[in-house]
Amino acid sequence: MLLNYYMNGFMQTINIHLDAYCVAGNCAVFLLILLIIRFIQSAAHREHYRMAWRQLKVKVLPMISMVILCIYVLLALMDSIAWHDRALNPDGSPSVNVGNYPVFDTNSLTLLDRAFSSLRKNNEKTFSAPFAGEQFTMETIVKANGAKQRITPKLKYPGAHWLGTDKVGSDVLFAALKGVRTALIVGGLTTLIVIPFAIFFGVMAGFFGKWIDDIIQYSYTTLASIPNVLLIVSFMLLMDKGLFQLCIILGVTNWTGLCRFLRGETLKLRELDYVQAAEALGVSRLKIIYRHIVPNLMHIVLIACVLRFSAMVLTEAVLSYIGIGVGSNTGSWGTMINAARLDLTREPVVWWNLLAAFVFMIGLILPANIFGDALRDALDPKLKTR
Amino acid sequence: MNDILLDVQNLKTYFKTSEGIAQAVDGISFQIGKGGTFAIVGESGCGKSVTALSIMRLLQRPSGYIAGGKILFGNTDITALHESELRNIRGNKISMIFQEPMTSLNPVLTIGSQITEAILLHQKVTSKEAKQKAIEMLAKVGIPEPEQRFREYPHQMSGGMRQRVMIAIALSCQPALLIADEPTTALDVTIQAQILNLIKGLQNEMHMAVLLITHDLGVVNQTADGVAVMYAGKIVEQADKATLFRTPLHPYTIMLLRSLPGMQKRGQKLEIIKGMVPGATQFPTYCRFSARCPNVMQVCTEFEPPTVNINGHLVSCFLYAGATEEKPYVIGGSSQADSLPASERGAQKLLEVKGLEVHFPIQKGILKRTVGHVKAVDGVDFTVNTGRTVALVGESGCGKTTAGKAILQLVKPTGGSVKFDGTELVGMHRSELRPLRRNFQIIFQDPYSSLNPRMTVGEMIEEGMIVHNIGADREERLGKLDEILRKVGLDPEMRSRYPHEFSGGQRQRIGIARALAVQPEFIVCDEATSALDVSVQAQILNLLKDLQSEFNLAYLFITHNLGVVEYLSDYVLVMYLGRIVERGRTEEVFENTKHPYTKALLEAVPKLDDKSGLKKIFLEGDVPSPVNPPQGCHFHPRCKQAMDVCKAKYPDKMAFSADHSANCHLYLK
Amino acid sequence: MFSYIIRKSLYAIPILIGVNVITFLLFFVVNPPDIMARRMLGEKNVTPEAIQKWKSDNGYNLPSFVNTKEAGWAVVTNTIFFQKSMRLFWFDFGRSDRTKVDIGSEIKQRMGPSFLLALPTFIFGIMVEIVMAMLIAYYRGSYLDFWTVLICVIMMSVSMLFYIIGAQYFFGKVLKLFPISGYDTGIYSLKFIMLPVIIGIIGGVGVGIRFYRTLFLEEVSKDYVRTARAKGLSERSVLFRHVLKNAMIPILTDVMMTLPFLFVGSLLMESFFAIPGLGSFTIDAINAQDFAIVRSMVFLGAVLYIIGQLLTDISYTIADPRIRLS
Repeated sequence: MLLNYYMNGFMQTINIHLDAYCVAGNCAVFLLILLIIRFIQSAAHREHYRMAWRQLKVKVLPMISMVILCIYVLLALMDSIAWHDRALNPDGSPSVNVGNYPVFDTNSLTLLDRAFSSLRKNNEKTFSAPFAGEQFTMETIVKANGAKQRITPKLKYPGAHWLGTDKVGSDVLFAALKGVRTALIVGGLTTLIVIPFAIFFGVMAGFFGKWIDDIIQYSYTTLASIPNVLLIVSFMLLMDKGLFQLCIILGVTNWTGLCRFLRGETLKLRELDYVQAAEALGVSRLKIIYRHIVPNLMHIVLIACVLRFSAMVLTEAVLSYIGIGVGSNTGSWGTMINAARLDLTREPVVWWNLLAAFVFMIGLILPANIFGDALRDALDPKLKTR
Repeated sequence: MNDILLDVQNLKTYFKTSEGIAQAVDGISFQIGKGGTFAIVGESGCGKSVTALSIMRLLQRPSGYIAGGKILFGNTDITALHESELRNIRGNKISMIFQEPMTSLNPVLTIGSQITEAILLHQKVTSKEAKQKAIEMLAKVGIPEPEQRFREYPHQMSGGMRQRVMIAIALSCQPALLIADEPTTALDVTIQAQILNLIKGLQNEMHMAVLLITHDLGVVNQTADGVAVMYAGKIVEQADKATLFRTPLHPYTIMLLRSLPGMQKRGQKLEIIKGMVPGATQFPTYCRFSARCPNVMQVCTEFEPPTVNINGHLVSCFLYAGATEEKPYVIGGSSQADSLPASERGAQKLLEVKGLEVHFPIQKGILKRTVGHVKAVDGVDFTVNTGRTVALVGESGCGKTTAGKAILQLVKPTGGSVKFDGTELVGMHRSELRPLRRNFQIIFQDPYSSLNPRMTVGEMIEEGMIVHNIGADREERLGKLDEILRKVGLDPEMRSRYPHEFSGGQRQRIGIARALAVQPEFIVCDEATSALDVSVQAQILNLLKDLQSEFNLAYLFITHNLGVVEYLSDYVLVMYLGRIVERGRTEEVFENTKHPYTKALLEAVPKLDDKSGLKKIFLEGDVPSPVNPPQGCHFHPRCKQAMDVCKAKYPDKMAFSADHSANCHLYLK
Repeated sequence: MFSYIIRKSLYAIPILIGVNVITFLLFFVVNPPDIMARRMLGEKNVTPEAIQKWKSDNGYNLPSFVNTKEAGWAVVTNTIFFQKSMRLFWFDFGRSDRTKVDIGSEIKQRMGPSFLLALPTFIFGIMVEIVMAMLIAYYRGSYLDFWTVLICVIMMSVSMLFYIIGAQYFFGKVLKLFPISGYDTGIYSLKFIMLPVIIGIIGGVGVGIRFYRTLFLEEVSKDYVRTARAKGLSERSVLFRHVLKNAMIPILTDVMMTLPFLFVGSLLMESFFAIPGLGSFTIDAINAQDFAIVRSMVFLGAVLYIIGQLLTDISYTIADPRIRLS
């Protein structure tokens, strides 16, 4: 009975959760984290990566960056674990339906929502400055004696909003926190789409040459010659806006550069003595690719991923700003900036939501860039990246 | 003394590295007289190039610095000079040429502007006069059509020509001292002879002193007056050339001389210096050679050896402490040179190559039509018998490496036949070829690019065993693997290590183990010892010989080192522009040389037992491009004995004995 | 050389056809004319007749690839693919879906302001980047080097949006040094483009300096630099005479690739500063969902990309004596 009770609740949870894109996004987060863990596991055995790590771990800036990045990942993870609460009757008791099965809320809340529930719930009426005790805008109140007076009313939760509140009185810090998951999914999922494409086609073209090379080169030159922004914009306009679609189109437009680079590297590797030695030993070509070519490209892929990550986050912000990004119901720093720009024109100026987006963005991108640079220096100092 | 030009006193040059301070040069002293030639010899990593760079103060900054000592050039101490004063000396009073002529010139500036730059910098001349001087210099260093070459770019010239240009730049301001840092190491022997002659000639003409840095004792014997032998940052022995070669004293010098391969050591094991030069951050405080010395004593591992001066012959070794006579100590190793068991004389035909051709198409135009072919290998015939060594020699660019790879079907031959044990390999499909591959293997030149940096030693060696199902299960395979590692002189414990932890010689052993693991009958050794130091080369050559007699292996030894050929091979093929011009048993070819090209090659090798100094006869010019080989005999433009018929017709083969033959009109009637 | 250019140009044809096919798939198969008409007409006015009328007004009432109603060449030519996609090869861009303006003449007209904004941004930007990169290459390994690189990394970690919004607010609104946005003709345009040019330079300088620094440092470690020092050249002459000349090869090719795109301008800058260039033209078209314009811009971009590649190849042969195309 008890089992049935929970099963039903569980099923209901699942049902509501089959909102496809949300699931895809969460899968991406978990897959990404799984892949990172898997990679660290396998790299731990590889002397080459261990050497790089020994070099890396004594450097202060990259290590601080890594810690910050881990915090961001943790926030994104928290924002990806969601479940439904019991729906409550107006009297506050848990509501049940016929047959005494529990009824659940239609909206699920993530771990992040729950952890920062005070930020989420403590809404004000409208703008308030960081740490302020009073509302930012004046209001006219009618006093008991009938006289009208312009005052800044006291806040419901004075001092609670570290980064102030926005036009509808929601906490800006909380909005910025909700943008973390979006940014990480755009950066991470795109990379996940890019890597297999780039490796597969780049290595195929470089290793087999001839007509395979011709076809692959033709494909990526054609794709690369279409202006990226326009392709992304058209795609997003024609499909619906959303996080998942954005990642797909960013992936499609971004694999060509890495693919071309890996093709060139494969061409060089193919001529190296150890590949020739493997061929002389009679090792099959697929095995040569798998054992001799790809492992010698992985460090390049890794560096490219980390450096590409920040570029993707920046792109997402710009696209969301133009209004063709993730859409309005997904929290994003781009949409925050869009709103903040209008607030800048107010008199007196409202600056804190722009600041919040700025701090959170640079807080992610700068460590990613510093860490990526250090990673490149440790793995392959001669690699040219732009 | 007045005629001393450069006086280096207790020079110390250190480098800051992540592993600590590297004492690359640690207290060396020597003098160079005006117009004299002083040579510093030693293996790689012993600090000779750093010495040269220290004198020019061109050390890598900020990691490298002069930690002590003086470099007196005339009366000025170079170590104390300010950067601007230094610039006045560099290229003006002291000049330098480097090892790699291919990369030492600026690729985007013309030859002319690179020479005039130095002239304009140090001499008060107009740019017109500078151009005149530069052209004169180009003519002086033996560059044909100097006025035209003046406008050309470095990439339009061969390695030898570029080294001549480097010399022209270096000597354009008539320096008092020329530092030549391995000036001929990257060049073929024939070009080496040209360059050494050129330097010698110009030295006499300009009354200039030369500091020659080299690892080649033969080159030292030909050119130097005084010699210093360096080991691990110290000079271990110093004397004039004749004395040093007559009575070498230090165990290192003695062993180094003995480890050189050559005709007289055929059938014997080479004497080897065990181990390798220690890393510059790990030099011991006691005698640095003690770990490799056959005569090591207790005192050697406790104190630094004193430098003993025996009638001007300096040696740093405890064996000579207090000695007054120039009497070489008997080094214990000499009796070690036991003769090798002759390999089994069962001469079965193993590999038969007939008319092998590798032509690479040259494509041009809008539609990429094939307009010609690079005939890298153009009709090569030979056979290799079981358990024998065949050497394939020739200058770089003659197609010998391509030939070796074409035999193994790593490069697709465009014609001819390769029969291995009676099976035709040319035209065979990849999948048919695969099971046969275990029979023939290859060992590469570069010990660094021949091992996959992402795989452990064990994984690499095991790979071939898995492909060919050697060993019933993993356990048996690993057992065999350990045995092979032991055979090539490596510890089976090293199985799980990665290539970067090994030295060049050890890497070469791993490469040999990888080939050996599939139990081949035939191995192509593509310049297998060329990248190694002399002492390590001796170790590898001994190993290859041991393995040959144990497994009855046949080798195709592709090399440009004639000393190795003399020592190792049973049969020699001399290759020139894709074709074999002379072939025969090694003794016959070396003692009764027929083809003028073979003669020139042999002449050009600097020898140790030669007292006559530099040779007069050597080969002029470079190897022509295989795109447009000369009409008739390919060699005629460089041949001193060329006749009219040579220009018209490629000579047929002329046999002198059952094995020995050559393609030369001189012998065709 | 000549035959090389011809071959490269011929190679551009299949690529442009490929671009056309992709855009066709995207704009006509994923988004067929019916849906397009619905978007254009707005939800209230959708009737089957209105859709038909809109389609025939705008030339979208034809079959996609094969017109069975026609004879001869018209079977192929009187189709959407030919009329809307293949015509771009003649640079016949057609008319806008919404405003009906002639896209070709609009592009011609708007290229000027775009170029006027992009060119100074590009030229001054690259000058600043090269000079700074040379400077820190000269002081490599010093604190100056370290801090400059760090500042570059920080600068490239800031979104362009912040530079634009921040500068507009600070210089335009607070200091009132520049007009916040707008455009004028002739010499008066100068005061309008100053601010976007400065922002453009600042936004790109971090990436640029860092990239050029790596190029310089790579050259500095080469053998010929040691030769130049051994001649007695000063560090400054080594950098300017030898290193710069070699590093110019990758820099030049980089420049050549961006050169054609100066004409299409920047989407962000032009829309923020209301400069009537091709960038804002595109943005407006996107907001109005005017796909005829977007299609034209995609094609134009692809053509410019191919021109850029060709220029890159040619500039290689000019800058690098080692490469002679045949």
